[in-house]
Amino acid sequence: MNALSPDDWSAVGLTLTLAAVVTALLLLAGTPIAWWLARSRSRWRAAVSAVVTLPLVLPPTVLGFYLLVALGPQGPLGQLTQRLGWGLLSFHFSGLVIGSVLYSLPFVVQPIRNAFVAMGERPLEVAACLRASPLDAFFRVALPLARPGLLAAAVLGFAHTLGEFGVVLMVGGNIPGATRTLSMQIYNHVEALEYPQAHWLAGGLLAFSFLTLLTLYRLEAGRGAPARLF
Amino acid sequence: MIRADIALDVPGFCLRSAFEIPASGITAIFGPSGAGKTLLLRSLAGLERGARGRIEMNGRTWQDDDRGVFLRAHERGIGYVFQEPSLFNHQSVRRNLAFGYERTPAAARTVQWDRAVALLDVGALLERAPATLSGGERQRIAIARALLASPGLLLLDEPLAALDAGRKREILPFLAAAQRELAIPMILVSHQMEEIAALAGHLVLLQNGTVLANGPLAATLARVDLPIAQDDDGGVLIDAVAAAHDARYHLTQLDFPGGRILVPLESLALGTAVRLRIRARDVSLALSPHEDSSILNRVAATVVEFAATANPANVLVRLDAGGSPLLARVTLRSREQLRLEPGSRVWAQVKSAALVG
Repeated sequence: MNALSPDDWSAVGLTLTLAAVVTALLLLAGTPIAWWLARSRSRWRAAVSAVVTLPLVLPPTVLGFYLLVALGPQGPLGQLTQRLGWGLLSFHFSGLVIGSVLYSLPFVVQPIRNAFVAMGERPLEVAACLRASPLDAFFRVALPLARPGLLAAAVLGFAHTLGEFGVVLMVGGNIPGATRTLSMQIYNHVEALEYPQAHWLAGGLLAFSFLTLLTLYRLEAGRGAPARLF
Repeated sequence: MIRADIALDVPGFCLRSAFEIPASGITAIFGPSGAGKTLLLRSLAGLERGARGRIEMNGRTWQDDDRGVFLRAHERGIGYVFQEPSLFNHQSVRRNLAFGYERTPAAARTVQWDRAVALLDVGALLERAPATLSGGERQRIAIARALLASPGLLLLDEPLAALDAGRKREILPFLAAAQRELAIPMILVSHQMEEIAALAGHLVLLQNGTVLANGPLAATLARVDLPIAQDDDGGVLIDAVAAAHDARYHLTQLDFPGGRILVPLESLALGTAVRLRIRARDVSLALSPHEDSSILNRVAATVVEFAATANPANVLVRLDAGGSPLLARVTLRSREQLRLEPGSRVWAQVKSAALVG
């Protein structure tokens, strides 16, 4: 028997692609933000912290709604993308990417920030006294030392994006092959009372998430240097 | 020459230190805890961005806030050994050592790899992970790592403080050998007179963030007006030469310009230069050379000056023994009974003297 339909497979593929792209972007954007939050003494730090953490407490629909407005034809981002000749990003894969990046940001920034805070100033001072410029010290000392945090951030960002629903629904709709992710597909199956198919997808997602986190915690326990996720 | 004039305010503490020290040998920065020794050293390194003032090393300006000059730590060509070894735990010992070495242009390398590895005796540890090493081994790696960046000045912040007495004695000779053979000027922060006596040639005394005294080590230790002379451990350093061994009584005779001192037999080649430390509390005074005393060491000396001590029962006496300064701590009562005045001829009875390096 064929448990998953071609539509299901297409949703799985789309979701994995989305999670991979989003994770990569999050690590690129989240690492400098985490670095700044860990080391800056700026008075803006509290405000930036709050903004970065907002998606953790905000209903995804609220974030999705504002994004939809901003990315829409009348919104500032929508007007910008139109002027740049990119068209509108809402109801489009890139809209999902933007939404998911914002929504998963705290899950990536938090563990990296914790890793940077935990290592303290000392390794960087040592590097500076060994002729390493700040940039050199960042790449050769700070990043390698923060590896457990970076790994945790990547896993959390990836897993969290896999299960994203609210933001996707608001910004991307439910377009097969373009914006229909795994969680949308489960929702569609349930709407159509196709519980067995919903079970396959939901169970798969559950098992995958559990195994990912289990592997992560096992890895960290083995290292003796636990990455603080939260 | 190293010239510094540094002001640094941190919550609850003000550092206002100006001094000039030789850019050679080992200069010790000594003072009670809380005197600002570490802050001063960090300011010299460029690790304290709040530090204001001027720092000049052999004519090169590291910092001059009037002219807006501030070289950052990695631009100063220094080495720094922290109180804790602070090795990069994600790398092997070899990678730790190579970190600064690889970042030093080949033409600027004054310390060769094999030399530093041999001096600190770390060859057997190269493939180990820092986490598997003992405290003493880690600090030796940290010192070798700093040396391998071929620093123009090596800053040492109580590098032995975290080690037990045995480990300290194990590392002291390594530091002395590194200084001697590589000719890298060093500044050593310490609150252990034993360390300073063994290593340093110049002394900066720090108290409450300001420089109390700054001068050659032996001359500064012999000053009666400084609080270090008042310490229970206060005393002088004397440069002496191993002159004879007495196999029968197991003694070694050390000669210095003012006389001779016998110490328990030391395996020193005759003619070896040594440094003797004689504490003020171990020196008593007599008007005649008491042949009937059990004290072996008697040195003829002249009284130079007196200073009061914190304990009103005692006075501190500075003596001149043929050009070598000596300090003696005697009771006020003894001073009056013996009628000691500046210029009095006395015999200094030395109860014990320690070889320090």
